[in-house]
Amino acid sequence: MTIAPPSDQLTAGASERRRPARRNGRSAGRTRIGYVFVSLYALLALAFGVVPALYAVVLAFTNGDGGFAGIGNFTKVLGDFRFWPAVLHVTVYLVIWLIALVVFVVGLALLVHAVRVRWVSTALRFVYYLPGALAGASSVLLWLFVLDPTASPVSGLLKAFGFDSFVAVIQPGHLPAIFAIIAFWTGAGGWIVIMYGALNNISTEVIEAARVDGANAVQTALYIQLPMLRKWIAYMGVMSLAAGTQLFVEPQLLSQASNAVVPNDYSLNQLAYQYAFQQNDFNGAAAISLLLLVVALLLSWVFVTRGGLFEKE
Amino acid sequence: MSALSSESRRANLRGWSTRSVAGIVMALFVLFFVIPIVWLLLAVTKSAKALIVSNPFSAGSWSDLVANWHQLFGFQDGAVTTWIGNSAVYALGALVITLVVGVPAGYALALTEFKGRRALLVLTLVVMLIPSTALVLPIFLELNSIGLIGSPLSVILPMSFFPFGVYLTYIYFSTSIPRDLLAAARIDGCTEFQVFSRIALPLAAPIVALVAFFSFVQNWNNFFLPFVMLPSSDGYPVQVGLTSLLAATPAFNPSSAGSDSVQLPTLALATIVSILPVLFVFLFSQRFLVAGMTAGGTKE
Repeated sequence: MTIAPPSDQLTAGASERRRPARRNGRSAGRTRIGYVFVSLYALLALAFGVVPALYAVVLAFTNGDGGFAGIGNFTKVLGDFRFWPAVLHVTVYLVIWLIALVVFVVGLALLVHAVRVRWVSTALRFVYYLPGALAGASSVLLWLFVLDPTASPVSGLLKAFGFDSFVAVIQPGHLPAIFAIIAFWTGAGGWIVIMYGALNNISTEVIEAARVDGANAVQTALYIQLPMLRKWIAYMGVMSLAAGTQLFVEPQLLSQASNAVVPNDYSLNQLAYQYAFQQNDFNGAAAISLLLLVVALLLSWVFVTRGGLFEKE
Repeated sequence: MSALSSESRRANLRGWSTRSVAGIVMALFVLFFVIPIVWLLLAVTKSAKALIVSNPFSAGSWSDLVANWHQLFGFQDGAVTTWIGNSAVYALGALVITLVVGVPAGYALALTEFKGRRALLVLTLVVMLIPSTALVLPIFLELNSIGLIGSPLSVILPMSFFPFGVYLTYIYFSTSIPRDLLAAARIDGCTEFQVFSRIALPLAAPIVALVAFFSFVQNWNNFFLPFVMLPSSDGYPVQVGLTSLLAATPAFNPSSAGSDSVQLPTLALATIVSILPVLFVFLFSQRFLVAGMTAGGTKE
């Protein structure tokens, strides 16, 4: 790459001599352009990061007339008969999903990494990753078909479990597992690719040394690769936990598609939505959103402060 | 001697069975990930009746595909076309603002000094790590109080705030651009803006593309934000429009059987159409993305 044509040598020398004076001017210029460059971003960050969070705080502690309500809104939503069931639903879903994610993502990444034939390994990663293109409403819609025994590609499997109708499949007790399967189907591939990348970063000398010492593939995975993946597994766990508390689109669409066999206040975010849009109670909605936001902030804070995660070993 | 050979044969056998179990597990997961997609691609080529009676993995006919296509785009006088247009406007509008605002911000955070730099960096990191849906209702409450609900800006502007993109460019500019290069440009008489636009920005092209990819995919797939912000069907992006189609499908909503009802294969086609742009971007940027990621990461 040509950075400076040779003829500039002279001017370069000239500026060298005047260096001290120019330095100051330069660094002031750099500060100025710094302000210019971040100004719009800072504006967006205020408008859609800081201000909404603060406004939610204000709303959560006031009543409909704008008077101070203390913790009234919180006792109201915590006392709502729908609140604790929603917490339970989301918790059960999270437990199933996180266990599945950790076990299968790590397992599959190790297996795919052990595949010697290059194109097989590439093809496997691509196939696992592909459903990631169907996110949100599209993937839920696709799974409505898969779970409906009349049209499902796995209707034989569903019927073998004794599920003869859509309503039988989506009984309340099955929902956490169903949402976990949908989330796993869309999201696992991305994490498998990330874990695979992390495995690639483990030096081959370490693996070779283990092999020379007589470790077989399983032992290498258990005692060398798994401990070295620990940070990435923690990262995946924290991110997925934070995202999972926000459960909304899956129960929302399923509720719509099942004639309310699945209630429309199944998850916490749905309950907050009901408060805002059905009951016109923005203060109650703000209180629930704030509780969820605090959980997300705590998780993210743990991550940023204890963040040895991105330091080099 | 014989003890040794039986030992090695047993080890061989164990290795062989481990390997076949591993193969079976990987193959089962291939089926898990692929079957729904294959089924979806076949389902759109069938009539509503054939979808239920025929083998799930048999192909239908071209004419049925065309019929489904017409039913989908005829739904509510071409609502689907409107929704796709809306999605494009929202996703691309937010993408442009994200790049115009975010890339210079990442540069400034990495290579300049100003008051509040650390605070902005921490804010970026924290918001990046919380799920984007956590701020949707607070943003709704905020925009509602200033009467912006229902306007395209109520989705485009919040989507334009993309801390992850700023973080990616920040990491790139602070680790992969040699300071000497920028100093040399300054000595050659570049203004501070030219240092950015002529030196740093062209070098960062792969990372800018990466940010554009993530931003576009996330914006296109965003459901909760437009669902909350846009009350009228005219303003829906296609992801939210899918709920209207679902509501008009008698198989899932028996009360909807009417003239403008949607059959199952049509709903399946809607699912494919709604993700086509993202799928397109996915398939064609694979190689480029991998190059971009390693370009950013190797020089740490």
